Amino acid sequence: MPFKRFVEIGRVAQINYGKEYGRLVVIVDVIDQTRALVDAPDMVRSQVNLKRLSLTDIKIDIKRVPKKKDLIQAMEAADVKNRWEKSSWGRKLIVQKRRAALNDFDRFKIMLAKIKRASVVRHEIAKLKKASS
Amino acid sequence: MAPKSTRKVSRNPELIRGIGKYSRSQMYHKRGIWAIKAKNGGVLPRHDPIPKPEAPALKPPKFYPADDVKKPLVNKHKPKPTKLRASITPGTVLILLAGRFKGKRVVFLKQLPSGLLLVTGPFKINGVPLRRVNQSYVIATSTKVDISAVNVDNFDDKYFTKEAQKKKKKGEGEFFEGEREEKSVLPQQKKDDQKTVDAALLKAIEIVPDLKAYLGARFSLKDGVEPGVAWLQRILGLSLKKLGCKEYLD
Repeated sequence: MPFKRFVEIGRVAQINYGKEYGRLVVIVDVIDQTRALVDAPDMVRSQVNLKRLSLTDIKIDIKRVPKKKDLIQAMEAADVKNRWEKSSWGRKLIVQKRRAALNDFDRFKIMLAKIKRASVVRHEIAKLKKASS
Repeated sequence: MAPKSTRKVSRNPELIRGIGKYSRSQMYHKRGIWAIKAKNGGVLPRHDPIPKPEAPALKPPKFYPADDVKKPLVNKHKPKPTKLRASITPGTVLILLAGRFKGKRVVFLKQLPSGLLLVTGPFKINGVPLRRVNQSYVIATSTKVDISAVNVDNFDDKYFTKEAQKKKKKGEGEFFEGEREEKSVLPQQKKDDQKTVDAALLKAIEIVPDLKAYLGARFSLKDGVEPGVAWLQRILGLSLKKLGCKEYLD
């Protein structure tokens, strides 16, 4: 099982611990065996321990420690935001966020929708059973 | 006294706490005491005290209490209605947590002067009539109903108090008959009030899809159902900061 995602300049990662939990950042430099310099369009460039990063599939084309403007340009060129939101990981996060923000009324509406969907499915199954028997 | 137009500032600026910039003689000059004295012929003006109106002569009291009893201190506090949680505004859907209607989702109308909340089912939807409810036994959801069309001005605490029961003197014959319970019938006036309030509310409720079914269903927690974090905060009474949650700031 060879590794596919590497810590390299331009690798997009997600911070998985600490104050910046959940933020998507780009690795702009590697400081040493344990730390990397990390940057994002709406964040001050800072160092972060590699243990706090979860690497993603996305990699952008930048030079070592680019200026904020160049970083933003490179992210637009690689279309990081859309690729992230379309990826299965990104989609799961969106669903999680929506579920956490649910209202009691929303949960009620979801329950009704699930019941409706289940009944439709059961109808079809009954029809198929009848057809096959 | 003439009203002060500007705030009086000390004429002697403080260098360090307790030490002013100017000496006693300098301050004497700054305050103009010399000018006041000059106006008054060399002495500070002296005003005679205002003559007090003559108090009537007090007769010695006829009765002295045997023990010296301390008088309690004066308490002029006027009770205010309980502070309403910021999440509870007119039209909020509340979940009742205790009593006969526990678990029912109900619409909040207004806070009464006693501090209790006036709520209604509406009666047609879930059987909860116009009722008073304590804020502590209620979860406020973030769902709001439009109650601008509802007029609740004529409801107050007196409307809801029980009628004082007259004590019936039991004769021996009645005692052996057993207690006759008189059924208290709800007066027609109250039924009409319920209808008028609910009519306006129902119109607002039917506009929102599923809201009527929502209000008709009871609230419950089941295995595997995850309430939102904000909901947990309300149940556990934890502050939002502790849970790290930004929604529903109270």
